[in-house]
Amino acid sequence: MVPSLRAESTFVSDLNDIPANDFEDPEVPSGPLELPLDAWHRARGGRMVDFAGYAMPVQYEGIIAEHVWTRTSAGLFDVSHMGQLYISGEGVEAALEAALPIDLSTLPLGGVRYSLLLDETGGILDDLMVTRWGTGFYLVVNGATKWDDIAHLREILPDAVTINHLDDSALLALQGPKAAEALAPLVRGEQALEDLSFMRGAAFTFAGKLGDVDAWISRSGYTGEDGFEISIPAGKAAEIADQIAAQPQVRLVGLGARDSLRLEAGLPLYGHDMTADNEPVEAGLAFGINKRRRAEGGFPGAERVIEALMEGPARRRIGLSIEGRMAAREGAVVLLGDNPVGTVTSGGFSPSLERPIAMAYVESAHAAPGTSLFIDVRGRKLSATVVPMPFVPHRYHRKGAA
Amino acid sequence: MPRYFTKDHEWIEVEGDAATVGITEYAQSQLGDITFVELPAAGASVGKGDSCSVVDSVKAASDVYAPVSGSVTEGNAALEDQPELVNSDAEGAGWLWRMTLSDAGELADLMDEGAYKAYVAEL
Repeated sequence: MVPSLRAESTFVSDLNDIPANDFEDPEVPSGPLELPLDAWHRARGGRMVDFAGYAMPVQYEGIIAEHVWTRTSAGLFDVSHMGQLYISGEGVEAALEAALPIDLSTLPLGGVRYSLLLDETGGILDDLMVTRWGTGFYLVVNGATKWDDIAHLREILPDAVTINHLDDSALLALQGPKAAEALAPLVRGEQALEDLSFMRGAAFTFAGKLGDVDAWISRSGYTGEDGFEISIPAGKAAEIADQIAAQPQVRLVGLGARDSLRLEAGLPLYGHDMTADNEPVEAGLAFGINKRRRAEGGFPGAERVIEALMEGPARRRIGLSIEGRMAAREGAVVLLGDNPVGTVTSGGFSPSLERPIAMAYVESAHAAPGTSLFIDVRGRKLSATVVPMPFVPHRYHRKGAA
Repeated sequence: MPRYFTKDHEWIEVEGDAATVGITEYAQSQLGDITFVELPAAGASVGKGDSCSVVDSVKAASDVYAPVSGSVTEGNAALEDQPELVNSDAEGAGWLWRMTLSDAGELADLMDEGAYKAYVAEL
């Protein structure tokens, strides 16, 4: 749910533009702020860029190496720019169901669920994760949109419901097939870390120098791999990051590989692959709206979403596999023969598949897997085929699986 | 053979009225992993400052400009299969194209190695 390459419609830059503009979010006017691990990243060779208003590491040793390491071992990401919110108070459950198209009646304690913040016309304002805690709900929202999200939620939630911005918490993600093996020896909890299944979370503690450090750990992430997202007090972030990074399975991974990993996993990036101009059905995100909510409605934009579900959307978010080695990026026009039928919303070279891949919105008539299309990249017509997503299979630790 | 540099991080090595062009070590380090290089066709006529080549990295696509005017004689065919040569040897085997110069006087606008190093140190 996070990072971004560029938001501009042009996708060719000067060599001079590379460090500054590549990950800049034009929505955020002020200079980059420091996150809790700023000095920690710099000391470990992280190349810092401005992202979502924060200085964040885009890479350490190199994007492809970090990408491949995450797919084969375990990568440690700092995602402390994301917004962590705690929503509680009288009637919180009904209030959240009125604000989001989520079904909380089936969400168990510690359960994590994907949902969307929609405007009155069904346009997507953000995507987010919702977890049931004992007395309320823990939300993780995108960094670039968190201030708008908080303002929006304040407006639509009743006064009895309180929003706490957990801005004294850092958030780490440990992702990859060896993430569990690396993290398990470092934490203690009422249940074993291994017993957490995909989209479940629980409280754990790390053994800190000055005593236990509380952590909320969920088995989730944004890479398509097994892995964990780890919320810890900001003041302990460096100490905990040190412990995790010292594990032999673990290397540091920046925003660059986070973007290429999530693209391969077919996971959309807010602000690019979905915006307020997209409703959930065309974005391919209606899976987050279950039968009960479809039948009952009662969430912002319900009318338009239900209409799109019944009639089918005019366009769809699809995956494209591209021939050759030239990448197609955001803004490139998708053609059927010579006729424009869509636009690329994110794209790049896939380190796992060793070929360019992209996400695009195209007219629904041309969205079926196997459809041959072209992409106009700087006047060159690249051959592309619609393919199902994910591009690289997910390897989540699902309940009941080995 | 004298080598000159541009503020856009291209280098050009001149021998008589012929030259070899590439991007600098600094540029490749900033771009990161290079996955594709679009090269100019032999025979293409280029003006100083024209975009002649595009270097695709995992992060972004970046234009490479002609440091001087002239005519392209060949692109570096080795980059078709090994674009990563630009990462491993940007100022050597990872050269991008060769060209003839139409106005050697344009070289006077470029930096020598010392001036370029000082320029990069300021970035």
